[in-house]
Amino acid sequence: MAWMAWTWQTALFFGAVGLGLAVMTLAEIRWPTQSRRGFLPMATTRGDRFFISLLGSAFIHIAWLAATDLPVALASLLSLGYAALVMSKG
Amino acid sequence: MQRANNRAWLAVAPVVLVVAFTAIAPLMTVVNYSVQDIFDVHTRLFVGLDWYRETLRDPRFLEALARQLGFSALVLALEIPLGIWIARCMPLQGRMTVAFLIVLAVPLLIPWNVVGVIWQIFARPDIGLLGAAVTALGVSYNYTSSALDAWITLALMDMWHWTSLVALLCFAGLAAIPPAYYQAAELDGASRWQVFRHVELPHLKSVLTIAVLLRLMDSLMIYTEPFVLTGGGPGASTTFLSQYLTSMAVGQFDLGPAAAFSVLYFLLILLLCWLFYTSVMKRGDEAA
Repeated sequence: MAWMAWTWQTALFFGAVGLGLAVMTLAEIRWPTQSRRGFLPMATTRGDRFFISLLGSAFIHIAWLAATDLPVALASLLSLGYAALVMSKG
Repeated sequence: MQRANNRAWLAVAPVVLVVAFTAIAPLMTVVNYSVQDIFDVHTRLFVGLDWYRETLRDPRFLEALARQLGFSALVLALEIPLGIWIARCMPLQGRMTVAFLIVLAVPLLIPWNVVGVIWQIFARPDIGLLGAAVTALGVSYNYTSSALDAWITLALMDMWHWTSLVALLCFAGLAAIPPAYYQAAELDGASRWQVFRHVELPHLKSVLTIAVLLRLMDSLMIYTEPFVLTGGGPGASTTFLSQYLTSMAVGQFDLGPAAAFSVLYFLLILLLCWLFYTSVMKRGDEAA
């Protein structure tokens, strides 16, 4: 695995994404998702909203890094809020 | 209630393994590289998100990004209508259809670097057929010294190479429309435009979605043809993201910044394709 140049920070990141996917899979088995309309402009399933949360969070971080020198942890907090909003009301 | 049998998912497991080995693990490695300063395999330094910050504030990256988006928008705006038009002009049956299909397929069979070489010679103002003809008409044209000429040549080259893909996909879509639709339109006295708008275009939606997605992704990743034709010049006027990335990764061997660049590039393509796909599907759901 040395060729993959792991750091504990990236391992934590991928672990969190992997855990998210595992939870989503289990949730899908236990409570099969229904497509629904929220504040997003199209009907989405739980998986769609998870993907939108991840992609949106990535771009929140990108915008943060491009625009400000403030700590990135604030962008992560903002992303968590955004993800919670999309997952619950999206 | 009948319970779903999920054992079929096991059949997908080999594909998942192959994708994990060939795509996911390399992508994770790129992400790992993007947060480190890589000196060699064993010597590396964690730098956090510094490479991302540096890349996002690099004027050359932003200029290459703007050029990239402009190029993609330009070729899509040219190739999609032209591909539809060519497909509509083609006979749906008969010997001529086969001849058309063969002619259209030829550019798709030519390797990208060969296309670059063909156009490099074809567009030369001194010996190239196109370049010499344009010059003989009294038009000042030189793609090696004029940014505008370089862009026009690149766009023409891309159209020459890829419009036939759009045309072939649209032809397949048109050939699948049952004749009864045309007969009904004729009985209603529909004009040629109305037939296209209300009969053909709705039936072409699926193939056009595929065509636009393929051309969007491919134009966003274009590398070989402009590299061979213009080398990114004159100046940096035709240096797109992929060329700039290659100069960082291979030319300067800056693996950390190049990895951060790659992740940003990947996310951009992912976002654009997802936005396009979602908007098309949404329109389809609303129309249904």
